[in-house]
Amino acid sequence: MFRLSDLRGRLPIILGQTLVAGAVIYFALTLFHNTQANLEARNIASGYGFMAVEGGLPINDTLLPYSPSDSYGYAFLIGVVNTLYVSVLAIALSTLLGVFIGCARVSTNWLVSRLATVYVEVLRNVPLLLTLFLCYSVVLASLPHPRLSLNPFEGVFLNNRGLFLPRPQFHQAFWYVAGAFFLALAVSVFLVSRARKMQDRTGRSFPAGWIGLALVLGLPALTWFMAPRPLDLDFAVLQGFNFKGGMVLKPEFTALLAGLVLYTAAFIAENVRSGIQSVGAGQLDASKALGLKPWLTMRKIVLPQALRVSIPATTNDYASLVKNSSLAVAIGYPDMVSVGGTIIGQNDQAVEIIGLWMAVYLSINLLISLFMNWFNARVQVVER
Amino acid sequence: MSVGQSTAEIKCFTPRPALPPPAGAVGIPGWIRANLFHGWFNSVLTLLCLWLLYKIVPPITNWMILDACWMGGPETCGQSQGACWSFIWHKLRVLLIGTYPQEHLWRPSLAGIIFVLLIAATVSGRFKARRLLPAWLLLPLMSVWLIGGGAGLPVIDQSKWGGLMLSLGLAVVGILVSVPLGILLALGRQSRTGVIKPLCVGIIEPIRGVPLVTILFMASVMIPLFLPEDMQINNLLRVQIGIIMFSSAYMAEVVRGGLQAIPRGQLDAAKALGLNYWKMTLLIVLPQALRHVLPPLIGRCIALFKDTSLVIIVGLLDLLGMAKAAAQDQEWLGHNAEAYVFCALVYWCICFSMSRYGRALEKRGAQQTR
Repeated sequence: MFRLSDLRGRLPIILGQTLVAGAVIYFALTLFHNTQANLEARNIASGYGFMAVEGGLPINDTLLPYSPSDSYGYAFLIGVVNTLYVSVLAIALSTLLGVFIGCARVSTNWLVSRLATVYVEVLRNVPLLLTLFLCYSVVLASLPHPRLSLNPFEGVFLNNRGLFLPRPQFHQAFWYVAGAFFLALAVSVFLVSRARKMQDRTGRSFPAGWIGLALVLGLPALTWFMAPRPLDLDFAVLQGFNFKGGMVLKPEFTALLAGLVLYTAAFIAENVRSGIQSVGAGQLDASKALGLKPWLTMRKIVLPQALRVSIPATTNDYASLVKNSSLAVAIGYPDMVSVGGTIIGQNDQAVEIIGLWMAVYLSINLLISLFMNWFNARVQVVER
Repeated sequence: MSVGQSTAEIKCFTPRPALPPPAGAVGIPGWIRANLFHGWFNSVLTLLCLWLLYKIVPPITNWMILDACWMGGPETCGQSQGACWSFIWHKLRVLLIGTYPQEHLWRPSLAGIIFVLLIAATVSGRFKARRLLPAWLLLPLMSVWLIGGGAGLPVIDQSKWGGLMLSLGLAVVGILVSVPLGILLALGRQSRTGVIKPLCVGIIEPIRGVPLVTILFMASVMIPLFLPEDMQINNLLRVQIGIIMFSSAYMAEVVRGGLQAIPRGQLDAAKALGLNYWKMTLLIVLPQALRHVLPPLIGRCIALFKDTSLVIIVGLLDLLGMAKAAAQDQEWLGHNAEAYVFCALVYWCICFSMSRYGRALEKRGAQQTR
């Protein structure tokens, strides 16, 4: 039933809402109108028609085949692929380094924990862009010429033209090895889940983990030795002034990767440290009292509880790593922002390119948070 | 043999004084054994670290201090093996204030001195926040007037502002504006009324989803398109707007964490006392929420200061940009390392002291609540 007193109470709210909505709509319309007028006054086209036009952009570091005669759209795609490439590699490497340094920070060894603390405090308090510049123009520029390259391992050369690695060439037999690996993986996943169920039901344990490990390592190795030449390595060779062949990580890419990994590892190390320190001392005492060995304590007591604390923060760090990869534009690695910026410089269609950037970054972030939420839900301790 | 005598003798236990701990367990050797060589694994780690230090520290010390060239021009620097700190000395003015005209040097210096005094007053903790807040709000206005001119002082164009002055200015204005904006956005996101919540979410989430570089590009390229043609603003202000937008979205998320941590009972009690929404928010909710999120809030401030280095991408020359430009001076070629190391030192000192101050504040707050 309609009552006047209700309406009197709600009237200010309704009025306020209407006002806000009206203001927002008016603001948006004004922006739209201004943009239209400005675009017309400056003779800038709108719409995504330009994406099919031949761009003529020079891009020097691509994963997919590319030539300057390709279209703007394809050039932008190359940028997206480069962004994903450097992000995925940097996420993997920074997780490794971050976990290592985080464990070092809680080490009982005084020197180790002090060194790790110095690393974290230095890297976290200096802008990433500065780290990138240092990597790019100081460390890489001070490397020797190709003729005097550093050669830390067989077939790996480091000089001021980049990092040269042997390029693996896969023969058909390699795919048998890969198939064997995935088969072994599937079998061991099945075994482990069966063993866990059996232990839950009967209490008897079955060393499924070890058998699985042996399978995963052994089966591919067996195939490797039986198959004829599964893999060749194409080594980089010095010819004239530079190396030919092999796989090269260009200086821009190497600097960007190094900067991102060093910077993000400091943040991940902090997450790991706070995760490990959040596990109460009583938990460790209890697990010792139950007679668990250190490795089992780590796996069954510390890790599950530490991960619960570390994962949400690390998700944020991964997302900011992907966003930070846009700093590539400052040292000239052709990522999505760098390529897009060049396109804006050529045809002034800023609105469209910025829209594309937003769409791509938002979808990458969405994917990361979906994956990490799934992972997080798996490791969360179920509270009673 | 008399039994009586032996029973009359009262047997009493007199402990011997404890032996001193073994020499290897106390003092410096004991500490070394307990902390560095406890078990074979730790010993190996310690030796590895010592080897690493031996490989890293002497070359850096040689370069930075022992072989460094502290005085003289480009010629003397070229001869030395180590760093050339006289390069930094020659470029110091550019690094600090950019290409600001020499004859007006007193203006940024005065602003800087007032800034430092205000920081000292804040850090000392002797003044109440009620007194400090207006001073902090007045500071940017006064600095902009002092540095930019107008109203009696000769006008100095914004293209001449640069160096550390620009970095600090962008950061201070960014923090002062984005914290209240972030609080408003966070409150809006909590609101249960129809229009405001989606509006705030629609502002916060897209901004948090994209990198600052794209926001800066957008600010510098798209704001001119958004404004009517007869109303255009300069690049510095556009970049500042971009930084504020970016930072407020993050501040809003931080504040939201604090708002969510407030128990419902507090709100119910405030309502039962008859407080209206704004009184409840200002007197009950925000003081508690902000105290909760002080550490991440300060973390965001540090991040904002570090992020100001990105303005180099849209053509402003802050400290890092000036360092990059100085390193490309024809007269002093090849001093990238010195310029960047100096920058790193400045950034590190500022950020590290901010985080230390944040930690001290946290402790002070914890003592007050008890």
